[in-house]
Amino acid sequence: MSTLRMNKLQKRYDNGFEAVPGLDLEIHDGEFLVLVGPSGCGKSTVLRMVAGLEDISGGELYIDEVVVNGMGPQQRDIAMVFQSYALYPNMTVADNIAFAMKLRKTDKAEMAAKVAEVADLLELTAVLDRKPGQLSGGQRQRVAMGRAIVRNPKLFLMDEPLSNLDAKLRVQTRAEISKLQRRLGVTTMYVTHDQIEAMTMGDRVAVLRRGVLMQCASPADLYESPDNLFVAQFIGSPSMNVVRGSVSSADGDDIVLNIGVQKITLSGEAAGRLQGLRSYDGRDIAIGIRSEALGGDGTAILEVGVDLVEMLGSELLVHCTVEAPSVRAIDTGVEISDDRESSIVASLDPRNGVKVGDRVALTVDTMRMHAFDLETGAAIGRQ
Amino acid sequence: MRLQLVKAAEHGSVVNWPLDQPLSEWSIEGMQKVAGLHRHVVRMVEGEISYVVKEIPDPLAEREWRLLRELAEAGLPTAEVVGVVTDRDDEADGLLITRHLDFSLPYRTLLSGRGLRIPYLGERMLDALAGLLVRLHLAGFFWGDCSLSNTLFRRDADALAAYIIDVETGERHDELSLGQRRLDLQIATENVLGGLLDLQMGGWLADGIDPVETALAIEQSYERLWQELTGVDEFNADETFRVDKRLRRLHDLGFDAAELELVTTVDGSRLRLVPRVVEHGFHAQRLRTLTGLEAGENQSRRLLNDISRYRAVLEQRGGRKVPESVAAARWLDERFERALAGIPPEMSSKLEPAELYHQVLEHRWFLSERAGGDVGLDETVASYVADVLANAPAEQLLVADDL
Repeated sequence: MSTLRMNKLQKRYDNGFEAVPGLDLEIHDGEFLVLVGPSGCGKSTVLRMVAGLEDISGGELYIDEVVVNGMGPQQRDIAMVFQSYALYPNMTVADNIAFAMKLRKTDKAEMAAKVAEVADLLELTAVLDRKPGQLSGGQRQRVAMGRAIVRNPKLFLMDEPLSNLDAKLRVQTRAEISKLQRRLGVTTMYVTHDQIEAMTMGDRVAVLRRGVLMQCASPADLYESPDNLFVAQFIGSPSMNVVRGSVSSADGDDIVLNIGVQKITLSGEAAGRLQGLRSYDGRDIAIGIRSEALGGDGTAILEVGVDLVEMLGSELLVHCTVEAPSVRAIDTGVEISDDRESSIVASLDPRNGVKVGDRVALTVDTMRMHAFDLETGAAIGRQ
Repeated sequence: MRLQLVKAAEHGSVVNWPLDQPLSEWSIEGMQKVAGLHRHVVRMVEGEISYVVKEIPDPLAEREWRLLRELAEAGLPTAEVVGVVTDRDDEADGLLITRHLDFSLPYRTLLSGRGLRIPYLGERMLDALAGLLVRLHLAGFFWGDCSLSNTLFRRDADALAAYIIDVETGERHDELSLGQRRLDLQIATENVLGGLLDLQMGGWLADGIDPVETALAIEQSYERLWQELTGVDEFNADETFRVDKRLRRLHDLGFDAAELELVTTVDGSRLRLVPRVVEHGFHAQRLRTLTGLEAGENQSRRLLNDISRYRAVLEQRGGRKVPESVAAARWLDERFERALAGIPPEMSSKLEPAELYHQVLEHRWFLSERAGGDVGLDETVASYVADVLANAPAEQLLVADDL
């Protein structure tokens, strides 16, 4: 079992482009850490530096507290999982798992012992003598993983391993990998651009933007307590609704927020959660509300016009117009729309009879509201 | 549904295919399954032009379409990409359409030792694969899944030329790091071992091939070629003939030097030569310029040598110098075309024209050795047809299951 630590890890290319300016990140023993971010955020560059495929321009990379900056990929004892997951049809499951050990001239007894150990871990003992054609989809995936595990690597690295699978197999394999990783307890770094993959698989999720770590936390913390507007909008589907508003009264027990001409009052614990807003009295801020915090339990009301209704079976996604400009995180900071209106999404009970063209009053769960600084995008919380 | 097609006039038949249906349900003339290891549904459509169609998710299809075109533009040996279909109904996966590489030989065929004994080329396969990997790496391409089943081979005189046909895991970079090259080589070695063991267990591997030793030999072959192409030479300042020697070695390997960097050592007594190698194809390019013929690198070298010999004969006969271009034109008419005209039409498509001519030359050497003197071209062709070609399988559209 192993740990991985990056200390001011840096990647600068010859043309001066700084893909990763200085990353501090630690992966604990046995942890499944997912590195996620939009295309070009530097996540694959980080993974390639860890794997030894990219030279490190600065900082240190530690595996088990040993600096490995100068070591080649093979010396680091890392397994890149699923770089090739083809199974050989004429070979048994045991041979498919074991064959690469022949290159290292491993003796037969040791090979057999390792295959038996891996098969036990992967619940493949009963099918060791079968050919891949006789296996289920899940078993085949486990055999492929067995090829990586049998080497007993210190770390697993996975770079978008599901990207070339069809949608159904992707979901199956996602669950299979998560289950196996937890059973095996191998320290794992997994790179993806897909935030759903990240949220469903990782013990912790590190969100990167332009090579900078925006937040690293458990999926629940990322979702409920984003540190900044970028994370708030990147994580979650539908994306968090964020509009420009202002703080109009924050000197009493309550805090009053304005969205257009509408007012939302935060009282008691809801005001306590966002104490930091008191220093924004009279100023504009970005107000964030997730779709499921609208139209359910809540004390405040937001009136909106209904533009589109999407029935998803378990929920009703209602696209509405609210009289306030939208706010979004962009590469260079925060962008406020020029439009005076914006579209927000509410996730309602599917039995709700709301129709396109209705003007409805949505309840707002003020305990689940978020606020962000309009200049920096940083979350405003209890400070 | 969206279809992007290159050379639409040449590949117009593609638009008549049932592109909106799952590939596994297609029922059109010439449809065949493709032998080998596939992660996705793959089919061949045989016809005047034959195609290979692969069903993969849209983003991958688009990516592979782009990468294959980039590789082709860089002059690297790859499957010719014809079209890509995306945005199909019901979120169906996309389709990538490539032109079947005529006269290509699947690895199962080459390594089985059955059928293709004119000559048997299995032992040249790994050199070809290592050579392909070097060429891709020089161009900054990380393959990520170099394997026998992702490669096709074509005869190239006494050697084989390897073609990359699956780039699903590939990445294009300005240049590759040592770590990337090593990982790619490690993947190739493991995949080749897997492919060979699989053939062995299926009873398809020719006797005498040791899967482990053969797979490990790829690394040596790769390192040797990489060193020859990129290694830095250092020599005394008065030994500049070594520059020419190095260039000749590069040309012999089919490469050229786009740039040579000569650096004088601090004390001025030694020179350091750093070649910047460019794509393979030195001889193929020369042959094309002289004759218009398309051929592999080794075939081209062989044919160019034959042109040189024929030029010497012409000069001796005429008692005067013959320009190379004139000799090449006469060679084409009096030797190359004449030899191919001696091959019965029903056998002429068994091999590529350049390969046929190379094998005729080989056969002539063999006959002349046996006869203890030169054997004429017409007699050689007749003997080659009767003793060799008549019994050989047609290779234009060979699939492993034919054997």
